Amino acid sequence: MSSPAQATELRYRDGARAAIAVAATVWFFGASFGLVARAAGMGVAAPLVLSATTFAGSAQFALASILGAGGGTVAAITAAVLLNARYAPISISVARLFHGPRLRRLAESQLIVDESWALSSRGPGRFDRRLLLGAGLMLYVAWVTGTAVGLVAGDALGNPKNLGLDGAFPALFLALLVPQLREPRAALAAVVGGAIALVLIPFTPPGVPIVAASAACLLGLRRSDP
Amino acid sequence: MSTVWLVVVVVGLATIALKATGPVLLGNRRLPEPVSRVVALLAPVLLSALVVTQTVGGDNELVLDARLAGVGAGAIAIAMRAPLPAVVVVAAVATALTRLVT
Repeated sequence: MSSPAQATELRYRDGARAAIAVAATVWFFGASFGLVARAAGMGVAAPLVLSATTFAGSAQFALASILGAGGGTVAAITAAVLLNARYAPISISVARLFHGPRLRRLAESQLIVDESWALSSRGPGRFDRRLLLGAGLMLYVAWVTGTAVGLVAGDALGNPKNLGLDGAFPALFLALLVPQLREPRAALAAVVGGAIALVLIPFTPPGVPIVAASAACLLGLRRSDP
Repeated sequence: MSTVWLVVVVVGLATIALKATGPVLLGNRRLPEPVSRVVALLAPVLLSALVVTQTVGGDNELVLDARLAGVGAGAIAIAMRAPLPAVVVVAAVATALTRLVT
């Protein structure tokens, strides 16, 4: 039972174990966010509420740094919402994992975050519901408790960048991308999407390149591979 | 309401809505065949875009720094079929070491 295809497939256990490593990383970034938010004059309650409701690192850091630099309300909101706009296509990609009453789907969908979403991918176009919700819950707890610790004792923890943790996330996404590339059309879409993002980075506000890249999935309208 | 709380509430509500988009609007629905082919491609496309933006993305500029070395080391680990947690650790260590010496 070990065809080459199955051998390269990421194993469920790998995903669950990786979630622990990723949760530790996310915890550090949560603590770092708490520290940054405090320094930006956001107080204690507001950053905690933000972590509990928004649960998305890059948008929260952008928001805190804009407020800290005295940028306006509109600038902070715009930057953060643009950065999180990718969650529309991301949540659509896993929509079919969610069943039951609307309120339950709404609640469970809040556990979608880049890392839980990526960790739950099981090869081309497929996702695992248990991995998504399990990893999401673990990462949520890590993010919120990390924020809380960072708010009161962030100075003691140091900068997660010194530990290279900002290089760990893109490598994680790459590892989960590779098994998706077996199908030629998926590989082509990934290349086109990556190219769109790369080209747009210098010209658009952060967040826009990812949303624009999702246009590459329209390649799926072609009936089949040549 | 203070500026901070206004921002927190608006961004929080907007993000909750964005994350709910797929599950709430499409959760119980069977998608037509062409649409589901498009949705299936969202995973590789978005993963690829995340790799690119998190490796070389800056504030309105491309930034080549230690992250690139980390992802490169991670790619080697992936090619050697290292398990996922090992890939994450290798990438972090390579990023940290590169940052230390540059």
